[in-house]
Amino acid sequence: MGYLYAFIIGGGICVVGQILMDTTNLTTPRVLVIFVIAGIVLQAFGLYQPLVDIAGAGARVPLPGFGYNLAKGAMEGASEGLLEAVTGGLKAAAGGISVAIVWGYIVALIMNPK
Amino acid sequence: MMDKKAISKAYEKYADSFTPKPTYFKNSAKAFFAGGAICMSAMWFENKFIDSGVSQEMAATYVVIILIVAAQLLTGLGIFDTIAKHAGAGVIIPITGFANSMVAPAIEYKKEGLVLGVGAKLFSLAGPVLVCGITASVIVGVIYWVI
Repeated sequence: MGYLYAFIIGGGICVVGQILMDTTNLTTPRVLVIFVIAGIVLQAFGLYQPLVDIAGAGARVPLPGFGYNLAKGAMEGASEGLLEAVTGGLKAAAGGISVAIVWGYIVALIMNPK
Repeated sequence: MMDKKAISKAYEKYADSFTPKPTYFKNSAKAFFAGGAICMSAMWFENKFIDSGVSQEMAATYVVIILIVAAQLLTGLGIFDTIAKHAGAGVIIPITGFANSMVAPAIEYKKEGLVLGVGAKLFSLAGPVLVCGITASVIVGVIYWVI
């Protein structure tokens, strides 16, 4: 059952993105930014957590999930202190970001443009 | 004057008949299945990690890392673009699209050098996402701290 929800919610979020890209002139980076910010704002109001509880990876893997992760880290940090509130978001997303930078750099060095 | 307007209108109509209509439904269906499939396989990996005794949060991070590594490798091999041509937002909205947006311009501008070429272009598309995302998350954190 969990897999079905992951499929439907994850696919659904992608459909929203597809419609946004087809019907408006928004460039891809803008769409990415909008989705991340959407995830952060929704989680700030506690609205994204229920989606994650239902769909798991289906809500965490699309970009709003990246925003959710950032916001969640910042909110958890805020309960410990001001410095933790500032560092919490990046700390929560550090694994993905670090790997994306390092592995991305390696791939770009090894591979040549097609 | 009227003539000119009429002509330009007629031309617009004529040109329109040649512009391919975006196939909204087909695109959305493809995005739905591609995005759903990525999320479902992500969940499968996550469950595998949890089964092997990793905590839920760690498992989620591992899965994101796997997706990023796979997407960037496929981008380097030139396969990602072919998939994205069909799946559209189905592979761009998941974290795979973010990973792709880092490597694609970095490879493109490789001849500009390892620092200002690859190093800088790695962030030409991902930079805005990180800047806006981290800024928003810090704002949320500080607001929560004040409250």
